[in-house]
Amino acid sequence: MRGRGSILLPAVLLVLWHLAFVFAGFLAPYDPAEQQRELPYIAPSHLQFRGPEGFHLRPYACGASSVDVGPAPCYPVHFLIHGWTYSFAGLQWNVHLFGVPSWGRIAILGTDAYGRDVWSRLLFGGRISLASGLLATLVSLVLAMLIGTISGFYGKWTDEFLMGGAELFLVVPWLYFLLVLRAMLPLHLTAAATFLLVVGVIGSLGWARPMRLVRGVVLSARERNYVLAARGFGASDTYLLRRHIAPMTAGVLLTQAALLVPQFVAAEAALSFFGLGVSEPVPSWGNMLAVLQQYSVLVSYWWMLAPAIALVITSVMYGWLAEALQRSLKSSSI
Amino acid sequence: MFRTARLCLLVQLLAIFCLAAPSPDPLQPKEEVQVCKDAGQYGGRLVVGLRAEPKTLNPVTAEDAVSREVIGGLMADLVHINRSTQQSEPALAKSWKVSADGLTYTLKLRRGIRFSDGQPFDADDVIFSWAVYTDQKIDSPQRDLLILDGKPIQVTKIDPYMVRFTLTRPYAAAERLFDSLAILPRHILDRPYREGRFLQQWALNTPASQIVGLGPFRLKQYLPGQRVVLERNPYYWKADASKRRLPYLDELVFVFAGNEDARLMQFEAGETDVVNRLSAQNYSLLARQSGGLQLDDLGPSTEYNFLLFNLNELSSSHVPEIERKQAWFRDLRFRQAVSAAIDRESIVRLAYGGRGTPLWGNVSPGNKLWVDASLPHPQRSLDSAQQLLKSAGFSWNPTGNLLDPSGRAVEFSIIVASSNSQRMEMATIIQDDLSKLGMQVNVVPLEFRALLQRVFQNYNYEATILGLGGGDADPNAEMNVWVSNGSTHLWHQGEAHPATAWEAEVDRLMNQQMLTLNYKRRKRLYDQVQQIIAANLPMVFLATPDVLVAAKPAVGNFHPAVLEPTTLWNVDQLYLRRGAEMARSR
Repeated sequence: MRGRGSILLPAVLLVLWHLAFVFAGFLAPYDPAEQQRELPYIAPSHLQFRGPEGFHLRPYACGASSVDVGPAPCYPVHFLIHGWTYSFAGLQWNVHLFGVPSWGRIAILGTDAYGRDVWSRLLFGGRISLASGLLATLVSLVLAMLIGTISGFYGKWTDEFLMGGAELFLVVPWLYFLLVLRAMLPLHLTAAATFLLVVGVIGSLGWARPMRLVRGVVLSARERNYVLAARGFGASDTYLLRRHIAPMTAGVLLTQAALLVPQFVAAEAALSFFGLGVSEPVPSWGNMLAVLQQYSVLVSYWWMLAPAIALVITSVMYGWLAEALQRSLKSSSI
Repeated sequence: MFRTARLCLLVQLLAIFCLAAPSPDPLQPKEEVQVCKDAGQYGGRLVVGLRAEPKTLNPVTAEDAVSREVIGGLMADLVHINRSTQQSEPALAKSWKVSADGLTYTLKLRRGIRFSDGQPFDADDVIFSWAVYTDQKIDSPQRDLLILDGKPIQVTKIDPYMVRFTLTRPYAAAERLFDSLAILPRHILDRPYREGRFLQQWALNTPASQIVGLGPFRLKQYLPGQRVVLERNPYYWKADASKRRLPYLDELVFVFAGNEDARLMQFEAGETDVVNRLSAQNYSLLARQSGGLQLDDLGPSTEYNFLLFNLNELSSSHVPEIERKQAWFRDLRFRQAVSAAIDRESIVRLAYGGRGTPLWGNVSPGNKLWVDASLPHPQRSLDSAQQLLKSAGFSWNPTGNLLDPSGRAVEFSIIVASSNSQRMEMATIIQDDLSKLGMQVNVVPLEFRALLQRVFQNYNYEATILGLGGGDADPNAEMNVWVSNGSTHLWHQGEAHPATAWEAEVDRLMNQQMLTLNYKRRKRLYDQVQQIIAANLPMVFLATPDVLVAAKPAVGNFHPAVLEPTTLWNVDQLYLRRGAEMARSR
């Protein structure tokens, strides 16, 4: 019972976290691709409750202006304001949680090199990054579980063959493989095709390591007394796998999932660099982080690290959930 | 007591082995040295970061910029282009005369000067070097320049200190050809050359004493993966205003740093003394934390960045998609519309942090002698872009997408080197600008070598952003780009005949300016070339970055120039200020 309770909190937080990205259009005050060329690398606006006529209940966003224009101007923040049009659930909407009148500018996480709103880009980028990270994790874990279980359960030459294959996968120079892949593909892919490609590439490259772990667990589970006993009673392979062996791998898989999701979200950044990822102007955490390769950006504009922080939050929450799940699995199995 | 003595001895030994640099040889009465105006003081080592390791120290075979930069400290040429004035000036040749028909150049060599191993220099070394450079078997990258109409420029020795070069036809500013052609020591290289071993000479593992030149420095040590150490050439043929032999520096050290950011961090950490080719972003980073650094914005460089459409003749094996889009790219009005829609001011502001200049032609204002200042600089105008597209038969659908005359949506990809953040930014700005015309532009980042392969070899691209220039300022250096059969005729490689009437006209003008000796007449011809190119837009010119450099406060006589090597062109006159002078200069 205690186990369930501790799962609830991280699970709810994670759901909320993901919902924020589902409702990106509502939470983002600006179009993520809209360039405000007079406002490159603006530091985040700060909020204050002092307007032109003293104290106000309405917050004011101050600071979004090009650096050398005197004192930072302040703009009143409105809630449920009408702004740019986005589509959600097949309909066009223009309501946003917050925003400032069109003559002003709010940049709660600053702006990037083109004056685009980092907060809006973070939300929309999170959609792509989280979805590709999650899907790729799913792909690679399904592969890992299938291959690892078969390899560990049947042993002998099947095991040798599959393990050999996995090792081969680990030693292939992926950098060159990706360059060749890029050269073979047409220059431009539609956003959907790119997304599937990213998921496919990351997912199929990542299965070898978890597969070896799954195999290890299966190998030891196979020799457990109750498994041997069940086999003695004439249980079929499928029954054994389903009833006794597969549940044993759940812990490993969950831990791996928690580790792989953030890792794969980061892998998307590497793919962007080779021209395989989501390209401008569509944001993803990967291509947003790519600018930090420039030393001057890294040391001058700290708010450009926002996607990295979002990434850390994501992995901490997944780690938390994985730990809670594992604990509850243990307590339920006792 | 005993221990202190031993320590002293150790210190002395160290001093002998590590610090001893050859002191400059006193000037000989018969030596015809070149006297420079600057003054400075002897001593010290200057450390410079290189972005890669040199590949060779052989000046004849070196192709990459990094090798050339190191070799530049070791070697000297007959006539040198002053990087600051962009004019040619005497070097190993103390003077030269051009015959009235422009076909013979007679060069008087400096007497009594010596190679870095103390051996004398004379006309035989020039004849030998010329033979090596024009040798077909050696195939030096500079050889092409020395061949006119299939025949190499001939050289004859008149006396030990006079040589004559004979051209088959007039060639404008031929003395500029001598720049960066290193004069080789015949007494060292003649035997290996005759035995056919020249190409293996002066590799990175050659003992330092065997690499001999006429440059301000000579090789002291090469540490693979770490640094090259050059020491003073004690016989260098230049002296300062008070008749003291140059160079001032004891040592010039090149450390291998990596990309620009790595070089910047080394400079910030005080490990290097000079840093060049800074991006505007890194430059302003230094400016913010400047502790008395010498920061120089030298104004526009001679580099030009441009958007290039693929106008190549594609063979049938190619993607039909690109061929279909070439119908748009070939339409001048389409290219003009693209050019009119691009916000060059924003490119300069965002990609170059304001430290750059927008371009509408192929010659940057950094090239003071040759830019055609009368070239029009039309304002950005989406209206005129729309008019141009309309007149070319394009239309818009209700959602605002641009349709070509056959009713298909206009969509193309720009490939950009993913390692070049400035060009990536230009592409993203252009993408946004052209979306306002209803064009769907995709930015495709590619690894640089993959990009070059597409542009130069298989023509499998639609558009790209590249930059050219940065070498010599003379129009002859641009022949390979603008003449229709040139090796860098990027938009349409390997044309057997000029594909269009205006390309034929550019061919004619470029060849004519090469034959014209008078600067004003040449300038008029080259102005015409610039006007034709600006009117026909084979490339949509975008912007040129400023040349940005920085040096530690202690570096004296630091006079960086727009032309390469920006900071080290006067390395023989650079010196390090000591404490007292430092205090005064502050």
